[in-house]
Amino acid sequence: MKAIHNFLIQWHTVHLNVIEFTSLVWIGSLVAGFLGALTGLGGGVVLVPLLTIFFKVDLHYAIGASLVSVIATSSGSAAAYVKEGFSNIRLGMFLEIATTLGALLGAFLTAHIPPSALAVIFGLVLVYSAYVSRRTRPRTDDHRPPDPLATKLRLNGTFPDTRGLRSYNVYRVPAGFSIMFGAGALSGLLGIGSGALKVVAMDQAMKIPFKVSTTTSNFMIGVTAAASAGIYLSRGYIDPGLAMPVMLGVLTGSLIGTRVLVKTKTKSLRLVFSLVIVLLGIQMLIKGLTGNL
Amino acid sequence: MEINRDLGISLAKLQDWFDQRIEIVIAQLLRVGVMTAACVVLAGAVLYLAPNPRARVDYHTFHGAPEQLRTVDGVLHSAFAGQAAGIMQLGLLLLIATPIARVGFSIVGFSMEGDRMYVAFTLLVLAILLYSLFGSFLIA
Repeated sequence: MKAIHNFLIQWHTVHLNVIEFTSLVWIGSLVAGFLGALTGLGGGVVLVPLLTIFFKVDLHYAIGASLVSVIATSSGSAAAYVKEGFSNIRLGMFLEIATTLGALLGAFLTAHIPPSALAVIFGLVLVYSAYVSRRTRPRTDDHRPPDPLATKLRLNGTFPDTRGLRSYNVYRVPAGFSIMFGAGALSGLLGIGSGALKVVAMDQAMKIPFKVSTTTSNFMIGVTAAASAGIYLSRGYIDPGLAMPVMLGVLTGSLIGTRVLVKTKTKSLRLVFSLVIVLLGIQMLIKGLTGNL
Repeated sequence: MEINRDLGISLAKLQDWFDQRIEIVIAQLLRVGVMTAACVVLAGAVLYLAPNPRARVDYHTFHGAPEQLRTVDGVLHSAFAGQAAGIMQLGLLLLIATPIARVGFSIVGFSMEGDRMYVAFTLLVLAILLYSLFGSFLIA
């Protein structure tokens, strides 16, 4: 294991020049962005393990490059999501108060937590997001009276259905708000979109229809990431030489991915990609626990 | 009671319809923003790679991006001086600006609807974002 690690370092420093390194990182990021968009699992979550494990990039540089690419996919795919008419911008904006504050905290903490501990947290988040994406959600249609707080905040909305517009109510606002703060903190800590946790907060805690949760989550991811971006910039985590191929690759990949999305069956692909995420998660855990970073 | 509820539902539908119109315009603007950012990054990349394609890179140990590329001001100076790294970083800054612009546009949208509560929420989010970009060196 140690031998492979040393070999990879040697190979990179001795054999890879800037054009080769840039091209390989671009291709890797393109594949990550493509699979992320196609499976709806997000490409950002595999970028940091990809960069740290295979390209031997320092964790903080990897986190910075990943965060930038998360913004690219969120803003770049907004048009595709909005046309479907599912996103609830009041809900998104209200919850962004929590995610952006959380992101500030996370981005502040990431400099003060040892990289090995960050790698362990990262591994756990990877395994958890793969688990969430595999779980089937038993859904019972709620006909409880609307939550007074949600009504006061005008969070209840409608979405297009086969029989026209259907209205839905939002429940457990404080619980959802708190989970969103946690999602924001993880995003700032690890440079990811933490879309999985955002969907859990809306879908499970607040009982919002799944399609509304996923599209509103995409809207929130970019804004949450922008809240950590300034702190990352001032710390020097965003290095243009590395962030350039990552951002261009992920953006290209996700744009192709959203085009293909409508035409292909993604069920088996989702399974494969979740397995990849779990494997990368275990790798990050091992690296963190053995201090081999 | 029944009429009141129906009125409530149609008002909610009207609000959703208006939100939707605003969102479509914002999404188009975001796409333009992302594409502009990508073009600037690409232009910087050409200038960065062309002169010395065989140079060595090392991201294995953390040194941090050059001091000049860590503030909005420094990035602008570097980019307008024609430095490749500065131009790439400017493109990345434009990208970071897209969600911030989105929040800014939402303030306009909510005030057009006369929704004071959401204008206040959105201003709060915008303040947090601007603090991160321009004031976070205070804690970092």
